[in-house]
Amino acid sequence: MRYFLLFFFAAVVGVVLIAGPQGKRSPNRPFEIFPDMDHQPKVKAQSPSRFFADGVGPRLPIAGTVPMGYDFPAAGPGLARIAGAENPGAARSSHPGLSFGNDPSYLATGKMGDNWGDGIPVEVNAKLMELGRDKFTIYCAVCHGVTGHGNGVTSKYGWNGIANYHDERIVGQPDGELYNTITHGKNTMYGYGANLSVTDRWAIVAYVRALQKAQRGAVADLTPEQRATLPTQ
Amino acid sequence: MANIFPKWTNQLPLKVLAGAALVVTALTGGITYYFTPKYTNVGYQPVQPVPFSHAIHADQLGLDCRYCHSYVEKAAHSNVPSTQTCMNCHSQIKQNSPRLALVRESYKSGKPIEWVRIHKAPDYVYFNHSAHVNRGVSCVSCHGKINEMAVVYQDQPQSMSWCLDCHRAPENHLRPLQYITNLNWKPEDIGTTQKQLGQELKDRWGVKPPVTCNGCHR
Repeated sequence: MRYFLLFFFAAVVGVVLIAGPQGKRSPNRPFEIFPDMDHQPKVKAQSPSRFFADGVGPRLPIAGTVPMGYDFPAAGPGLARIAGAENPGAARSSHPGLSFGNDPSYLATGKMGDNWGDGIPVEVNAKLMELGRDKFTIYCAVCHGVTGHGNGVTSKYGWNGIANYHDERIVGQPDGELYNTITHGKNTMYGYGANLSVTDRWAIVAYVRALQKAQRGAVADLTPEQRATLPTQ
Repeated sequence: MANIFPKWTNQLPLKVLAGAALVVTALTGGITYYFTPKYTNVGYQPVQPVPFSHAIHADQLGLDCRYCHSYVEKAAHSNVPSTQTCMNCHSQIKQNSPRLALVRESYKSGKPIEWVRIHKAPDYVYFNHSAHVNRGVSCVSCHGKINEMAVVYQDQPQSMSWCLDCHRAPENHLRPLQYITNLNWKPEDIGTTQKQLGQELKDRWGVKPPVTCNGCHR
């Protein structure tokens, strides 16, 4: 009995010492007690696959792919006709507000023919401005700062020449060019087209315009009711 | 007639019983304590190919989670950022750091960095990130204070019973949508308690998390 007890307590102490407590930090892969069907040979998002030569599971669409159900809008001179339209680009899309990589419409490229277009081709309302503010704060304010003066956190870590939205150069750029800069980047800025949907990008353009207006507005721009709320000097 | 069993065997059944009881107790205790994701998974902190620090990027620099995990609000899978996301800044900042050599190499070759996955639901579980973050469940509820981790580890067991704890009582985790990625936020910051706020949001949004099998298994 004595030997049994001795052995028993030695075993318990041994297990406790070796196994350690719950939540202990460890670089070792978790031990799977019942791994039944935990790992299935299907390709999940961002997972590797030995089936393909490069080992990458998710595949890129072939160049020139058009999503099923989308009309491919005609490029070329036909686009010029919509320049004066109330809501350019959107009217031509079979899926308004949505776009895809090879779509040559103004909505997707910011271009009308070979030139930058001007105007926001999605409906501008309070909801879009909120979306623009949220996406701007996440993606743009990091470098350009929350007010767009080019003084975001990266400027404190040695990044010079970040664009200030309140420069005449940028205030004067058409909306389509701002949209293109967000999509494809410019100079040292990389493109954010992969992170932001078409609507997100136009929402940011609208919000940037609001930021610019906030710095350049005049009392004359306000309605009489709004003027009445201003503090008097 | 001589005794067949010597006298010491009188206590043998008792001793065997006591010994068996000890072993069974120890085994039950051991299995309860060790055979659970609370032991096997919590604390898993693998060495990553690039020594990326969430503490620096999310806390010190104040990047929003979504700057890198862009699709968490739209997709079931919360994406690990592509190398370009790293290069958005590191083409200008610390562009010669030896710790980023693998990032530059990956950007040049187009071959993804092979980050080590930490949180892994079994393949028969269909967890949807967007469904949770768009209904007021913060990153911190399932991942812990990632913004304070220099090296990320698993903070919560993420077992099925753990999922169900919240699916049965979501009011313990709901918060207003604008604070989803603010991992330091507390309901007390806006002068309320989790219980009160959670219940209010649950009623307002009509949150009824599925507790049947096909909520998560298909």
